[in-house]
Amino acid sequence: MTGKGKRETGNMLLQIQNLHATVEGREVLRGVDLVVRTGEVHAIMGPNGSGKSTLAQVLGGHPAYTVTVGSVLYEGKDLLALKPEERAREGVFLAFQYPVAIRGITNAYFLRSAVNAIRKHRGEEELGPVEFMDALEEKLKLIGWDDSYLNRPVNDGFSGGEKKRNEILQLAVLEPKLAILDETDSGLDIDALKTVAQTVEKLRRPDNATVLVTHYYRILTHIQPDVVHVLSAGRIVKSGGKELALELEERGYDWIREPATVA
Amino acid sequence: MTEHYVRDFQAFVSNGAAGAPAWLREIREGAIARFAELGFPTMKQEAWRFTSVAPIAETRFTLASAARSPLPAAAEIERLNLGAGPRLVFVDGRYVPGLSSLAGLPDGVYAGGLAAALKAGPSGALARTHLARHADWRDSAFAALNTAFLADGAFVHVSAGCVLAQPLEVIFVATEGGSDEPKVAHPRGLIVVERGAQAAVVETYASLGDGVHWTNAVTEVVVGEGARVEYYRVQREGRRAYHVATTQSRQERDSFLGLHAVTLGGTLARHDITTVLDGTGAELILNGLYVLGGSQHADHHTVIDHARAHCASHEFFNGVLAERAHGVFNGRIIVRPGAQRTDSKQTNNNLLLSTEARADSQPQLEIYADDVKCTHGSTVGPLDPTALYYLQSRGLSPETARSLLTYGFVAEILGRMQRADLRERCDRLVRAELA
Repeated sequence: MTGKGKRETGNMLLQIQNLHATVEGREVLRGVDLVVRTGEVHAIMGPNGSGKSTLAQVLGGHPAYTVTVGSVLYEGKDLLALKPEERAREGVFLAFQYPVAIRGITNAYFLRSAVNAIRKHRGEEELGPVEFMDALEEKLKLIGWDDSYLNRPVNDGFSGGEKKRNEILQLAVLEPKLAILDETDSGLDIDALKTVAQTVEKLRRPDNATVLVTHYYRILTHIQPDVVHVLSAGRIVKSGGKELALELEERGYDWIREPATVA
Repeated sequence: MTEHYVRDFQAFVSNGAAGAPAWLREIREGAIARFAELGFPTMKQEAWRFTSVAPIAETRFTLASAARSPLPAAAEIERLNLGAGPRLVFVDGRYVPGLSSLAGLPDGVYAGGLAAALKAGPSGALARTHLARHADWRDSAFAALNTAFLADGAFVHVSAGCVLAQPLEVIFVATEGGSDEPKVAHPRGLIVVERGAQAAVVETYASLGDGVHWTNAVTEVVVGEGARVEYYRVQREGRRAYHVATTQSRQERDSFLGLHAVTLGGTLARHDITTVLDGTGAELILNGLYVLGGSQHADHHTVIDHARAHCASHEFFNGVLAERAHGVFNGRIIVRPGAQRTDSKQTNNNLLLSTEARADSQPQLEIYADDVKCTHGSTVGPLDPTALYYLQSRGLSPETARSLLTYGFVAEILGRMQRADLRERCDRLVRAELA
């Protein structure tokens, strides 16, 4: 499945216009424009400090980030007006770069709480523990995990790679319309990277979309992006196909940095 | 402030309690003298820096006498929702056979009142070996006062190799004397589990009313070679109760003790837990939880004494403090010379649910051996905003996220309780407290 042919037919899922955002009074995003349609996978690449993670967090609704200018429409609605939990219930999922440990709460209980919060929002019946476990079995297989991970406290004592897999398990279970993966590939060994990438590919459908925020090319050897964007100094300075990612891999980011005079 | 206790003591010994054996009378005399010498501790003393017992010292508590206390109806005990197994019920420290049930106790297990056991027979001899020999009344005014008034208590003796599968319930209920005459009771427990035996014991402390009273408890737990003991202690007294307690354990070689202390009640609670690993290969899990609100104050002082080599201790204490509550934790670990290959881990985490809540946490390591593994850590703080955001980003409302994180904090401790029945009971009690 390559996105190219369908690009024009997918529905507008996310539309970011001239987005400016600050954190602790510092402007990190300086006019981001981006359109994501259903069926697409976008990769957002860029050097450290370019604003990649800020963009992901702003879309997730992190309270520490303030949008000063611009708009974000999700399915035609004002995403920025929604609280983080409302975004999740509407089908937005953010895989954290640094997943948080929740002591004392098992993964199974946490996942079921999340699924039921979304089901309730949709007016669907909430799932009991047994039904939920049945539904979970196949998702666990996707990421190559056994049940033992379900009875452990969320991310507590997990290795870096396990935490990232856990984010992908949540992605598989929650089946969002828009998935934003914030450097999910960093800190993964080759096998884990492959599992994560293959899972993302398997979850790809004509009615959902993925925004992959990454520093490295290597995950793109397993995931086929429709568009690759380069973020630099808070703006998207270049967009292209997969070959752009390859070029970045070979040449680094320096050649593409936006000249200071452009601002 | 100690004089009236000395006077009460004189009345006590000349009055019924005189029937005790000579060795016990001697201990009592020593204990009351020691109490008079020590007096009530003040905040100038290091071990009492964060806890003022002035409200106890300045109140004229009179000795609760079960002989005069109206006995509670059986329904009042049932309301505590305890297990269906054998139980010993004590009212103001006195054993009440009529409310107790010993059905289902296997052969080789003695459970009953200390007063009766001391009168005769082999159990009396065993009690003499252990009673007041472990909980040191020479260093503690409160343990001394309890020991001075020692007349009755819970006595559990599990003979070598015997298995007490069903948990034995020990219930200490306090009646109230009314606001003009608040009462003090000195509940006492002695649990002796001999070589290779297994037992689970749950001590519950509860108030029958919501008035002012003072409980000054001491329990000694003796774990023989290769024995396995699960000891649960649930303090759920009224919100105006004063509760001071000493729990003292001693373990012999290759034994296991799981000691779980849950503090929910009382306006002022102080619990000193001292555990001695006195045989090689002994293992201790010391698991504690305090969930406080209003203006409750609870202070836990724990000592883990690694006296022998190759022992392991894992201590986890978590506190959840809401409103103006104040939690104090002091965890001392002593590794004696020669206690090589000690493996000791201590953590104390405190969750502050309001800006007025407070927690003080002090680890204290004293290591006199060189080949040991000792770690400790403590935290005090509010709910992690990043964790709240993480849960919200998965669709949970802020309220649900907060209660889930708070519950996780207590679940961490509950999860270490190995017995599912007792874990679930503690879980119910804690959830009711958090609601």
